[in-house]
Amino acid sequence: MIIDHPLLGPRDAAEFVILGDASLINRPDPEAADAEERFYEYVYLRDNPAGLHRELWYHEQGDRSWLVVTRNTLTHEIAKVELARGIAVNLASASKKKAGRKGGSA
Amino acid sequence: MRYSALSILSQALSGNTGWKPVWREPDPKEHYDVIVVGGGGHGLSTAYYLAKEFGVTKVAVVEKGWLGSGNIGRNTTIIRSNYLLPGNEPFYELSMKLWEGLEQDFNYNAMVSQRGIVNLFHSDSQRDAYARRGNAMVMAGADAELLDEDGVRRLCPFLDFDNARFPIRGGLVQKRGGTARHDAVAWGYARGADSRGVDIIQNCEVTGFDIKNGVCKGVVTSKGRIKADKVAVCVAGSSSRVMAAAGMRLPIESHVLQAFVSEGLKPVLPGVITFGAGHFYISQSDKGGLVFGGDIDGYNTYAQRGNLPVVEDVCEGGMAVMPMIGRARLLRMWGGVMDMSMDGSPFIDKTDINGLYFNGGWCYGGFKATPASGYCYAHLIARGEPHPVATEFRLDRFRRGHIIDEKGAGAQPNLH
Repeated sequence: MIIDHPLLGPRDAAEFVILGDASLINRPDPEAADAEERFYEYVYLRDNPAGLHRELWYHEQGDRSWLVVTRNTLTHEIAKVELARGIAVNLASASKKKAGRKGGSA
Repeated sequence: MRYSALSILSQALSGNTGWKPVWREPDPKEHYDVIVVGGGGHGLSTAYYLAKEFGVTKVAVVEKGWLGSGNIGRNTTIIRSNYLLPGNEPFYELSMKLWEGLEQDFNYNAMVSQRGIVNLFHSDSQRDAYARRGNAMVMAGADAELLDEDGVRRLCPFLDFDNARFPIRGGLVQKRGGTARHDAVAWGYARGADSRGVDIIQNCEVTGFDIKNGVCKGVVTSKGRIKADKVAVCVAGSSSRVMAAAGMRLPIESHVLQAFVSEGLKPVLPGVITFGAGHFYISQSDKGGLVFGGDIDGYNTYAQRGNLPVVEDVCEGGMAVMPMIGRARLLRMWGGVMDMSMDGSPFIDKTDINGLYFNGGWCYGGFKATPASGYCYAHLIARGEPHPVATEFRLDRFRRGHIIDEKGAGAQPNLH
């Protein structure tokens, strides 16, 4: 498989290691009332779809960036490659806004 | 018809014209006591033991493709019970005992060949770990023997003992381990189940479940709805897909494992050899081909084919331990899709939905487990309680913190 790195261009997948489902970026809030249940689901349960799957790949033998790769698990075709950092920053600012609206503590 | 020397002789004398199909091809009935979803090794053995040991004969096995078209047709046929943990070892030892009596039990030649398995070690710490494993095996009633370097030299003189990076210091041997003929295992169980009244329905895909108020009353298939008191899912490789139709998320990812066969050679390997430093295992089939494999590809896939970096990795492992295989030509390779569970151990359990049972998460160790998996699953379905050696294979073990982490790799399916 060739992963088209957004900064470095096409790279062999053998340069990367995979962590798994990209939803792992979205770590549950440890302070939440149902944190135990949500961490159980976060750590152990997976959707494991047959088709498009968003997953985290780490460019270990390259620039050491984390990528979110959207890949078809039936054909190995890669539909989209994004920097995980951008997605994580967006997620963090979205959850901050949400917390702000609810009047939660900073 | 029972197979015997006499039946073979009389067929030979009558030109082999009297052989009959080994199982029927029935249409689905309206209602069954138990529907087993999945006609692979585990599904067929479940149906067989349900009928034979537990007296449940109104059973259907529903298979999406043809019988044995999944992982039982796509593995490296090794049987062994060299596990460490108390949740695992007695289960695999029961499986080993069932293998030993299998052919007599179902009157079919599964070519069970106990030619032994040796796990090589390369360092003092690895030797200690294998000594501990061997002790755990003996305590669970299995057999184990720790060999030093000379012992392994006598057994497999052709290995690369003086490899600069991974010199071979010895090995843990299980003499009762070996191989079996994978397709014949499926066929033998199918025949045994069929002759006891089990309907084996091929080319019939389960697309959904008939679940009302938390009770499962049957399945929706490509051949219509079939009702049942109990539905037992047994579709390793596709577990997530099938159980999603029942609204369940599982602690499972699907990964591909590749395997390889060389051209046919004269007998060279005494048994199964595993390389403890890399991940490489090899045996020789009765036709002479070297059958070998290594690591999984490591990412989610349902493609039943792998990628080249792992081919290279497996071949490097092979060359490191056994340089002579560099002269053999590779004949074919294939990939099987497996349920990689979060701790590398399987599930045989009821679900929260009444009447719905789940068996899966076998990672790449499902073949050796075929007899005990079917036996214990049938026990659970028929009696409503787990078999004593399969009490730890629960779906909720992660929530309870009682994982069976044989490899100590944590919740990382691609490391098991």
